This record gives sequence, C-alpha cells and structure tokens, in this order.
Amino acid sequence: MTQVTQVPDANGRFGAFGGKYVPETLMNALHELEEAYNRYKDDPDFLAEVRYLLKQYSGRPTPLYYAERLTAHLGGAKIYLKREDLNHTGAHKINNTIGQAVLAKRMGKKKIIAETGAGQHGVASATVAALLGLECKVFMGEEDTKRQQLNVFRMKLLGSEVIPVLSGTRTLKDACNETLRYWVSHVDDTYYILGSVTGPHPYPMMVRDFQRVIGLETKDQILEAEGRLPDAIVAAVGGGSNAMGIFHPFVDDTAVRLIGVEAAGRGVETDKHAATMTKGRPGVFQGSMSYVLQDEVGQVQEAHSISAGLDYPGIGPEHAFLKDAKRAEYVPITDAEALEALQLLSRQEGIIPALESAHAVAHTLKLAPTLPKDAIVVISLSGRGDKDVESIMGYLGRNEL
Amino acid sequence: MSTTTVNAIDETFAALRARGESALIPFLTTGDPDLETSIALVQAAEEAGASMIELGVPYSDPLADGPVIQRASERALKNRIRLIDCMGVASEARKRGVRMPFILFTYFNPALQLGLERFFALLQEHGFSGVIIPDLPLEEDGEVREIAERTGIHLIPLVAPTSEARVERIASKAKGFVYCVSSLGVTGVRSSFHDGIDSFLSTVRKAASVPICVGFGISTREHAERFAGVTDGVIVGSAIVRKVEEVLPALTSGDEARKRQGVDAVRAFIADLKPRAGG
Repeated sequence: MTQVTQVPDANGRFGAFGGKYVPETLMNALHELEEAYNRYKDDPDFLAEVRYLLKQYSGRPTPLYYAERLTAHLGGAKIYLKREDLNHTGAHKINNTIGQAVLAKRMGKKKIIAETGAGQHGVASATVAALLGLECKVFMGEEDTKRQQLNVFRMKLLGSEVIPVLSGTRTLKDACNETLRYWVSHVDDTYYILGSVTGPHPYPMMVRDFQRVIGLETKDQILEAEGRLPDAIVAAVGGGSNAMGIFHPFVDDTAVRLIGVEAAGRGVETDKHAATMTKGRPGVFQGSMSYVLQDEVGQVQEAHSISAGLDYPGIGPEHAFLKDAKRAEYVPITDAEALEALQLLSRQEGIIPALESAHAVAHTLKLAPTLPKDAIVVISLSGRGDKDVESIMGYLGRNEL
Repeated sequence: MSTTTVNAIDETFAALRARGESALIPFLTTGDPDLETSIALVQAAEEAGASMIELGVPYSDPLADGPVIQRASERALKNRIRLIDCMGVASEARKRGVRMPFILFTYFNPALQLGLERFFALLQEHGFSGVIIPDLPLEEDGEVREIAERTGIHLIPLVAPTSEARVERIASKAKGFVYCVSSLGVTGVRSSFHDGIDSFLSTVRKAASVPICVGFGISTREHAERFAGVTDGVIVGSAIVRKVEEVLPALTSGDEARKRQGVDAVRAFIADLKPRAGG
C-alpha cells in the first residue's frame, strides 16, 4: 500500500489512469507547465509567496471545528468540520488558484483563463487575477450563467470577462472543452488555471499539491484536539479537488477510511445523476484516463446534480486509482438527501454548507450513528452555501420552512 | 492477409507524384445529416477529384474541432450515429464503386470502448487504409501504434506549429502522411495562417520520410494552390462541412431531385477546391 503515494509517474500515470490525451498543439505547453511547476514547487521564494497569500489573503489555516450539537443529535462518532467555507471567496477553490496564479506570474504569463460550473472556481480565478494584476477570461456554460447570475456579476466586478459557452450541454463539461479550445488557439501567451484534479498531466498532480494544505492542516489540528488520527474522512467529489486535498496526506495512514461522496442526483437507478464511480467505467475524457459516465459506444453522458459543482461526468484520475487500489471508497448521495443534510447542519450548527459539501454531510448522517462514541469523523466542509441560497429556495419553496 | 500488401494511401501518393499533382483530401462528418447522404457525398467527393477521404466520427466532446464540425457532430449524434455506422459508410461506398483510400478520423474514447484489437480488425474489414486520432499524442499511442503496424493500417500523426522539437520525433515515425496543423487553434475556416507556416512546413518536410499534408483552415482553391507547392496535399474539413450545412434543407427534404441538387452543390464545391494542374 505504500506505493499509492508514489504517483503519478513521469508520464503522469496513476496506475492505469491519468496521462495526457490532448491535441498535439497543447503538448509543448503542458511540458513547459510541468517543467515550470517542478522547478518552483520546492523553491523557497515561490512557496513563501504562496504561504503568505494563503495566510494573509485567504485566512488560512481554516479551523477544524468540533460539531458538538450535530454529534449529540446523531448519537455516534464525534464529528469535526474542516472549515474550508471560511476561506476568502467561500470555498477551497482559492487554495489552487493562488498557487497556479503565482506560478503563472513566475512563468511570465500575463493572461489567464479558467473554466467554471457553479462559478466558485471562476470567482476564485477572477479574484487572484485582480490580486496579481493578470488579465482573466472565464468560460462558463450558458445554462450555468443563467443559474448563477450572482457569480457572473461577481466575476465582472472583479474585472474578469465571462464568456458564455453555447456548445453541447452548455454546462461545466462544455465550458471545459471551450477553455481547452481557447487555450489551443492562445497557447503562446496564456496560462490555463484548471480548477480540479482533472484534465491532462500535470494538472491532477499540481492541483492536488496545492489543495493538500487542507489535509496537512487537518492532520495537525486533529492530533492537537484528539491526540490521534480520525477514523474516517468524508468529502464530496465532483472532479475531486477538495477530496484529494484532504485525503492525500492520509493515504499512507491506512487505518483512516477515506470516503468520497458523489452526486446521485435523482438516484443512481435513474438517468439523472453524476455518480461517475458508481455508474461509470474507465475511458478517456478531457485529457485523461479515468472513470467516465458514458454510453455503450463511448459518448460522454450528461451529468445531473442539484449541485452545479458536482454536475460533471468525469472524475480525477488519482481518485480512480485510489478506488481501484481499494484505498478510498466512493458512495452516492441523492439531491434529496443533500438538501435534508443542508437544513440539518444549518439548524444544528448555524452553518449553511454549499450544496456540494452538503453531500459529504449527508453521508456522515448515515455513517456516524453506526460508529462508537469515541470514533472520529472529519467532514471536508468545502464551501459555504451563500451561493446556493436562491436555488435552495427554488427547491424548497419560499414558504416551506 | 499478407503483411507485404501495399497500403492504398502510399499507392495514391505515388501515383499523384508521378503525375506531378498534390492530394485533395476532403473531410466529412459521417452521418450528417444521415448515413445514406454520407455515402452519396463520398461518391460525389471522388467524382469531384478527391484523392482520398477522411470520415469523421461524431463525438460528444470534439476538443480539436471548431463550431462548424461541432454542429455537424451534434446533428449526427441526434441520429445516434456510432463509430461502427461510420465504418459502414466506407464499406458501402466501396461496394458502390468508390476506389479512393478511406481514412477514419475519431477521438480516442469511442475506439477505446470498442476494444483496440477489435477497432483495428473492423477498420481492415471495412476497407480503411488509415486512422487519425486527434487526442492521442505520441506519448500515449504505444499500444495503438503497435496494433496499427501489425494490421497494416496507417496511424497518421498530427504536428502543430508549437510542436518544435517534437516534429522530428513525430514525423520520423509517421505512416501514410504527416498531418500538419496550419495554425494554432481548432478546426475551422480562417483567413490567415500561422506566421511561421512556411518554415514550419519545411521543418516537417526535412524530418518526414512520408508525404506531408496541411489542414485546419483550408477553405478555398487559393489556399490549396498556396500549399500545393510546399506540401503533398491539403485537407479541407470545415469548409466542406459548412457547405453540407448550407444545403441541409435540400439534403433532408425527402425529395429525391432536391437531394441530388444538394449533393451536386457539395460536389461542385469540392471540385472547385482542386488546384489547377501544375499549380
């Protein structure tokens, strides 16, 4: 089991997964990115700048909060929340955009591009672009620009251009395609800040490394609070960046269960879900080999989730690797279960989680009561629910509460 | 079959060279608007002077393609056109007398899902001579290359103006021809080409032991003539697919005479792309 942390290899492979399946035009750009990242990732000045911004700009370290009332309510394991929702811009996404934007600057790139679904990564990219004086374009599916008008306006306030994507499903999947197409055309002066542990090498490795701060802090904090490691860590997975960030420092601690929670939408037995691990199979999608939701002839299928951030038919290749190595487990949670959990956490703890994070909470509601009272479960509370309040109102009805 | 069989793509280039001509290689999105029309368009392309043809497999996530081919893919996918249906267009066109070589253009995942051995067996069975996989760079093509060589199907690689030091590695391994991407960007009609296009093409020429052809953005006879002297052929995709889109009302009218007019219009368009002799 020790070699599971030795990935990826020089070709960007996590076992059978990963790689670089992109048009030839991008290959040198990926190579250049990989070289630059390898040059700076251990560079003291680079790391100091990233650490400074994480601390003084984003507010890290984020707390590891003991959810006492929720624990008592469930009557089982002690539940801790890793409060990524308290980051500047409201989610873990900024850990990665700070790292990549500082890298882009070191590489001499003045223009950045990013894809976004719900808009969280777009906002985090627009934010660091403003901070570091970079020109930023964010590609967003036209459907999502309508569903997330506030985030569109937020990005514009921050000085970024938002480009609605009209191709395909007009959601995150096609926003990713369009960002890659734009990058193919402007590869000589543009840096692509990819938002998850997906896409071609070196992105899955690099984004994981920038998100590892979540797990590293969690480890120190739980040792301080409890004197031991947790029994389980639960995190939502769409592309899988917050989950990989909190899982990775614990991969060698095999007594710690790592549980990724994917969106089952209206149910994995329906065709309206985003349960890539439960219902997908290995294939090549958007630059890497991983599990993919696809039909029997290899056309990628549309995903569905109440949470725009989980509404994606792929998943990062390292998650596929951890699944096949049986080091991590992946479970589905429906829209209805996530909504239920969101309300419960709001009332028990005064914390409104993002719909994405509510999936992790929902699985913990099932898990914690089955564990003894001295067991410890950590939930990655990846983002706050402010962005979702309007759509939650739509789902629950204005007068339902 | 014997491994010494000469590939039809090589034969075609040899014949063109003997006549002092360069190749015209049209691209069609197969199944746009339907399979029967695709067969008719393949026949029309040969009558118009095509040297060989690329049959594109419609895909849900065509990363390397611009809006014209994206729209064509979406139309074909509405009819649930599968990779195997695209192969059927080639074998049926062959039955109806088409003689030029067939090249399949597909993204990697549909081939992978079919199983790579089966994919190449089917390519052979349906009379294909080559395959282009735009999202399978050199670093990932080991298994595919091995099966391609064993089955005698040419794996035709792409090189881009950004390939730089990679040109040598790609071009020296190429089979059939080297597909030179004219400019940064996705497929689609454009008015200008990459600034360094001529030095790029001559770099590829030096590294390649097979013919070189240029594509992405070639849409007029002037373009074809501009590149006829410095390459062995041009690939025309989006401009033809756009022409098909333009005559869709005729092609989908259900009226045989109007359909024929639609096919005639595409034939005339392709014929007009052919460089004038000696050009």
